[in-house]
Amino acid sequence: MTAYDEQRLAQLIKALPPAPQAWVEAAQELPLARGRLDDIVARAEADLAFRDALIANLEEALRLEGYEPETIPLDELRRRLED
Amino acid sequence: MRSPLTVHWTAQPAAIFPPSEHSGFILSGVQLASLPDAQLVARCRVGDEDAWRELVARFSRYVYAISSQAYRLGPEDAEEVFQEVFARTYQHLDKLRDDEAIRPWIGQLTRRLCIDHLRSSSREEIVDPESLPGGTDEAMATIDESFAVHEAMAELSENCREILDRFFARDESYQTIGAALEIPSGTIASRISRCLARLREIFEGRNPGAGASS
Repeated sequence: MTAYDEQRLAQLIKALPPAPQAWVEAAQELPLARGRLDDIVARAEADLAFRDALIANLEEALRLEGYEPETIPLDELRRRLED
Repeated sequence: MRSPLTVHWTAQPAAIFPPSEHSGFILSGVQLASLPDAQLVARCRVGDEDAWRELVARFSRYVYAISSQAYRLGPEDAEEVFQEVFARTYQHLDKLRDDEAIRPWIGQLTRRLCIDHLRSSSREEIVDPESLPGGTDEAMATIDESFAVHEAMAELSENCREILDRFFARDESYQTIGAALEIPSGTIASRISRCLARLREIFEGRNPGAGASS
């Protein structure tokens, strides 16, 4: 018996199962989410009516402009709109 | 399962992924998968979104294992930690002092966020991370060993890698594996045995002390 016989290797393979695919995909989309966020903030800075609409009802205003709220880090967007 | 909305953007946005003309040559997914950690991090830093996807894929199991095994977080807490780890990694990649140290950096970040989660919940009186059976340090040592084994699996043939991962890590049946890989399910057991033997050779070759008697 050695430290890394086949049985031990099998145990170690098993000890690192894949993370749920949806979690991985969400993390992989971070650059896109950041890009969308920057785009929205830039528009809000240039268009006060859009900014006011976002502050009044963030998710609704985003939908009206064609954004999918679930693909945007809303907490961060709220924070940046308040800055 | 929670949506990406659970990502917490706690730090000031850092312009670490500006559109860049310095991203270098475009690499395929296979080529990215074979890049050393430091080179992958460097590509992420200059805005290579494919490199970022590879980085998440490379360390996703590691982060998941730390939260769900070493710290035994439930699915919701584990998912929050998972997204938070990658959000902070994304934001702070430009502050990493040593690109080769990305894995221990991510590991330490994950551990810290797990402890924060346990402390911020009302369960700290029930679950003390250091009093978990076997202790978190022992669990972390096993996870690090597992990661090294999975790295060694990259040197196996694709077929071997798939069979071992599907059978042991994904807990798939012979029938499922056979159907997915279009091989007779009756040959899976012998293939597993051969692939494990080959993995042992590779692993001991990469880790000369690994063959020593326990």
